Amino acid sequence: MGIADCNLVRPLPLMEGLAKQFYDWCGQGELRFQRCARCGAFRHIPRELCAECGSFDWEWARSSGKGTVFTYTVVARALHPAFLNATPYAAVIVELEEGVRILSNVVDCPPEQMRIGMPVHVDFEKQSDSVTLPVFRSR
Amino acid sequence: MTGVATVPANQLKDAACVVGIGETAICRKPGSGLSEMALQLKAVAAALDDAGLKAREIDGIMPFPNLGRAEAFAASLGCENLRFAATLNLGGAAPVAALRMAAMAVASGCANCVLVPAGWNGFSGARTREISATDSESIPGATVARDYYLPFGLSAPPHWYALMAQRHMHEYGTREEQLGAVAVAMRKHAQLNPGALMCGKPMTMADYLASPMICAPYRLLDCCLETDGAAAYIVTSKERARDLRQKPVSIMGAASGQPYPADDIINRKEFHRTGLTTAAPEAFAMAGVTPADADFAQIYDCFTFEVIQQLEEAGFCRRGEGGAFVENGGIELGGRLPVNTHGGLLSQAHLLGVGHVTEAVRQLRGEAGACQVKDAEIGVVTGWGDFGDGSIAILRRGD
Repeated sequence: MGIADCNLVRPLPLMEGLAKQFYDWCGQGELRFQRCARCGAFRHIPRELCAECGSFDWEWARSSGKGTVFTYTVVARALHPAFLNATPYAAVIVELEEGVRILSNVVDCPPEQMRIGMPVHVDFEKQSDSVTLPVFRSR
Repeated sequence: MTGVATVPANQLKDAACVVGIGETAICRKPGSGLSEMALQLKAVAAALDDAGLKAREIDGIMPFPNLGRAEAFAASLGCENLRFAATLNLGGAAPVAALRMAAMAVASGCANCVLVPAGWNGFSGARTREISATDSESIPGATVARDYYLPFGLSAPPHWYALMAQRHMHEYGTREEQLGAVAVAMRKHAQLNPGALMCGKPMTMADYLASPMICAPYRLLDCCLETDGAAAYIVTSKERARDLRQKPVSIMGAASGQPYPADDIINRKEFHRTGLTTAAPEAFAMAGVTPADADFAQIYDCFTFEVIQQLEEAGFCRRGEGGAFVENGGIELGGRLPVNTHGGLLSQAHLLGVGHVTEAVRQLRGEAGACQVKDAEIGVVTGWGDFGDGSIAILRRGD
């Protein structure tokens, strides 16, 4: 069976634990990252403690949502059935003003115009009743 | 980062050697027609025969992640005294990382003869390129990929590594023709290897540039082959090797490492640091040689850029200089450092990294046929897996 024979919906995060908290904020239209309550370091992927200072205390701090493209790939040939009709699309690492990076898509930029350093800002796309994904638009 | 543990490493230097290698034939359509266990056992039988060892003498087995349990290998082979069994969860870096662990096992007396097999129906079975979050449960970053990559269409290994390649091109001016030079070099070597899948199918830079994009900057011809096949090697002590059939190939130095964090590509402070960045200096220190001493290198070539990146991180050139290093025949036979003399994952076969070890051993025995590097004495072999896990071994021709 090839991937074209599958009919899969877009894979979504497992809404448990810290991932659920992260995406629940997206559902409210806010991009938030963990910020250490002791040393102030932002972090992403969400983790239980601060790798910089060892503190277990943290808060979900709101990001400005502004960043730049750090690197990207333009996927011309889908390697997962849910993205067969999405090609070509760019999977992009965005570096936010807070210093953390996130993998996402830039939804309003033709992939061939994608450039490292391009300024972007966050937006949100509701995928299901429970999951909203953060995406980016050029600015 | 912690310091290099030089005392144990020095004790391990040249304590163990590779004494047997085996490979199956390589195929795509119609497939091997064998189970992945049967395929691997064929390679194991060839390795035992090559070494002149009886299967019951194998008392250590290190299977590849998700490709069979040591107990199943032992039961099929009649290894009644399995004393040492381990699987290293380093993806494609596992078989080279196993060189050190096997050396540790025999040097410490935990095992006498360690078998390291790997093989799969990489074409006719589950396809690598269609790896999904479910399939990737064994990788260190499985949950990170599931929750933070896959929803955005970053679904497979070429996607992960294309992010690294694109950034490298941006920072250092690495060009697509330099990626192409890697693909062309591997294909040239395959023309000299009758066992290579791409033997008889030469390829030019124009062919490379005309091949379709998969995920920029990776074109089809930047990507490794998907093949059915298996390979295996056997490690034993320097003492035991004396009565065996083959001239032993000594494990001078070996190390493995992980990037930081290993389970997330996106938020690395040092974006280009991989497992090899820390493993390579450790392995060369243990061996007491430098990259300049290598007569060849078998570099895990899942994609073209990973060759450039590993040449840099292993210290064959400085970071950012890998593109120039591979150009103008630099990594071809006759060049400054012949790389993947058998054709590699790109043009010989995808044997999960064990094929790089078996080719290194052939070279150091002087049995590499038309691919032979004249008077090869010291060879380097690397592995790459998951989100940049790395392994490296420095091997030396036996006396």
